[in-house]
Amino acid sequence: MGNLANPEIVQIDTDILIIGGGMAACGAAYEARAWAPEGMRILLVDKAALARSGAVAMGLSAINVYLGDEDPADYARMVANDLMGITRDDLTYDLGRHVDDSVHLFEEWGLPIWKQPGDEGKSLREGGQPVRSGRWQIMIHGESYKPIVAEAARKALGEENIQEHVQIVKLLLDANHDNRICGAIGLSARTHTVFVYTAKAVLLAAGGASNIFRPRALGEGTGRTWYPPWSAGSTYAMAAEVGAELTMMENRFVPTRFKDGYGPVGAWFLHYQAKATNCRGNLYMTTNQHLLDDYPPYGQSEVPATCLRNHLMLHEMRDGRGPIYIRTDTALQARARLHEEQVGQQRAQALNAELEAHAWEDFLGMCTPQAGVWAGENIEPEKSPSELMPTEPYLLGSHAGCCGLWVSGPADIAPPEWQWGYRSMTTVEGLFSAGDGVGASGHKFSSGSHAEGRIAGKAMVKYCLDHADFTPTPQQSPAQCVDAVYAPVRVYLENKGYATSDAVNPHWIRPDMLLKRLQKIMDEYVGGVSTQYCVNDQMMRTAIDKLQLLKEDARRVRAKDLHELMRAWETTHRILVGEAHARHMLYRKETRYPGFYYNMDHNFIDEHNWKCFVNSKIDPTTGEWRCFQKAHQDLIPKSL
Amino acid sequence: MPSYVLSDRCDGCQGREPVCAQICPSDIMTLDPEHNRAFNREPDACWECYSCVKSCPQQAVEVSACADVVPLGGRVFPQCDEDSVTWSVQLRNGVNKQFTYPTRTIAEGAIAPYAGKPQADLSKIDQAGFFTTVGKLPTP
Ligand SMILES: Cc1cc2nc3c(=O)[nH]c(=O)nc-3n(C[C@H](O)[C@H](O)[C@H](O)COP(=O)(O)OP(=O)(O)OC[C@H]3O[C@@H](n4cnc5c(N)ncnc54)[C@H](O)[C@@H]3O)c2cc1C
Ligand code: SF4
Ligand code: SF4
Repeated sequence: MGNLANPEIVQIDTDILIIGGGMAACGAAYEARAWAPEGMRILLVDKAALARSGAVAMGLSAINVYLGDEDPADYARMVANDLMGITRDDLTYDLGRHVDDSVHLFEEWGLPIWKQPGDEGKSLREGGQPVRSGRWQIMIHGESYKPIVAEAARKALGEENIQEHVQIVKLLLDANHDNRICGAIGLSARTHTVFVYTAKAVLLAAGGASNIFRPRALGEGTGRTWYPPWSAGSTYAMAAEVGAELTMMENRFVPTRFKDGYGPVGAWFLHYQAKATNCRGNLYMTTNQHLLDDYPPYGQSEVPATCLRNHLMLHEMRDGRGPIYIRTDTALQARARLHEEQVGQQRAQALNAELEAHAWEDFLGMCTPQAGVWAGENIEPEKSPSELMPTEPYLLGSHAGCCGLWVSGPADIAPPEWQWGYRSMTTVEGLFSAGDGVGASGHKFSSGSHAEGRIAGKAMVKYCLDHADFTPTPQQSPAQCVDAVYAPVRVYLENKGYATSDAVNPHWIRPDMLLKRLQKIMDEYVGGVSTQYCVNDQMMRTAIDKLQLLKEDARRVRAKDLHELMRAWETTHRILVGEAHARHMLYRKETRYPGFYYNMDHNFIDEHNWKCFVNSKIDPTTGEWRCFQKAHQDLIPKSL
Repeated sequence: MPSYVLSDRCDGCQGREPVCAQICPSDIMTLDPEHNRAFNREPDACWECYSCVKSCPQQAVEVSACADVVPLGGRVFPQCDEDSVTWSVQLRNGVNKQFTYPTRTIAEGAIAPYAGKPQADLSKIDQAGFFTTVGKLPTP
């Protein structure tokens, strides 16, 4: 048994290593096991417990991508428009043509999906019609969504092939091949054990990034972020460190949500047709419509891009016409009146009770704390409106954002520049990604992340079959791995006792202070809430300078126990993600996402010079960053 | 908006691995070995996701809306049954509401993920599609 000063080292050899246990990882486990011949080893490692890990921990009220009769080409068009034109049609089309099968599986595994009257007993696979809350979304009773998807993955792989409460902190490159992955290092959150994994193929699906920017709350509420606080950007950071190409890290998502509780707005706008108003009761989306004309064609499509909808709201707030309200009251009252007209007052009562229950379910089953805000503030949604607020920025690749890793596209769709052998493989041999990890696409959500994980899982099996004779050989010795992982513990042990309290000691920085410094830098210089998302080039240069000092200090982060050691690594990963974000934003000399951020030195969209991807890469030997352009092309015509 | 544990309800899971600590996605719930009861060790990092609340066999965990944002006095509490969840919502002004929603149509533990599915056909591993895909997928 190891102890804090001397952790035990355990080496585990596998063929496929899946890092993460979220939607993408569970999909990968399911599909890979089906294709893998007997004897091919697949191991899944999650830093938490599969049943409730990842962004779906609380459940969801909608599956945001289910095509049904829709054309995958239209789905690709929608994603492209929402992300201001710069997405990869090969990835989005591929997702669109695959995704429904995952949704069918969820239903078979017991996820209750709302059906149209008359179709209640009929599954989606049999043609049962879902209740849509939008063109691409369907409503579910999703409190147990994650436990259901996790159980299927767990059974597919077998209990012995799942490790929980192990956090991966670094990937390992192979000693005998240039630019090839050969495993990863992890730390146990429960015992003093460092795991050294060797693998032929690695799926990095550890989710997106929250908490890079200072959140709006000040005290206890800082954990009540929109994306979960355990989404530490580990996917982007660990891949970047071994030299994988990142793409579109300048893209961020600033979700407009119910203020303070972060309750999602999708069902309210799309399903209940609720309107948003300013302090005077004006519909600012209508009164500010002309602002959309500044950004053709993205502002003029039937549903303007998400960032532009923010742009209109921010315009109101800056001009002093906040707070912004979402009129849940008028929307629900209109429905109630409709019920009364249709079936009479008596029978409408039951329908209206159901309406109220559904309204609460949207939060209880997906974002419970929003119900807590309503309870504390005496809000009944059919009686009073709620406030909306754009949040601090988030970085992710599966929701309404498109940052992430640059991966190889599908062989039958992607042009040669966009494919290099294995679908979903990054620019590092043997390293794959999915879900929030894959950039230049977006709008995959829960179902698409699962499907994309499956696509990657299948490709990894092929990779292992093709590389059967590859013996992974890490560049580092096991002892070096331990030194790297336990460095924060050593900082603690060497310096404790210098001051009478562990709270303040000039020889170390606590993980929570490291995080707060990152958030302050990002907030003030890289377009957080305190500057209303405005930046300029000099602010970002300043941020990058400050981040270099922060990175130096990160080597002095202390960990006095395993919990702090996890936090120390999460923050270390976040710093790298913050740096990638600032470097990409500085490189792109335009404002591609008005409403998400404004570069005041270049406050316009420059279709001629910047309708391209921005990619970046760290040289793993020197640590040097390089940003560069990659040409964009439309594989699907967008004018339709 | 952190979770908290009721002193007179938690029994520390009687020496077994505490369920709340096992399930917390953020490694926040943990056992205080001295008092043999669980506690939230990092309230300002808690997502208020209710995973610990739902899993506790003693119903010893609750959530208090975060004090820096939300007025006191509300309460949102789930009661999980085999295939449904019943939420009790109490507003600050004393108004009470109760809602029940289905959660699953197949009992926990009864999922058979590959039942009725075809064997993967390795000769098709280079084509687009899952092992479950019937026919050929479209292209743009
Ligand atoms: C509030 C909210 C509302 C949403 N609403 C909807 C909706 O209505 N409909 C919809 O379809 N989608 C919705 N989504 C989006 C959906 O949840 C995500 O798209 C999806 O979960 C992404 O899948 P993923 O596998 O990439 O990441 P996740 O599901 O977040 O999984 C990440 C996994 O990685 C693990 N991990 C992280 N770091 C490490 C590490 N270092 N080592 C090991 N493991 C690690 C985590 O524990 C977790 O298991 C919502 C998300 C949120 C947060
Ligand atoms: S699960 Fe409940 S009873 Fe068990 S340790 Fe946690 S709070 Fe206590
Ligand atoms: S509410 Fe969620 S994040 Fe908070 S302690 Fe419980 S399980 Fe952990």
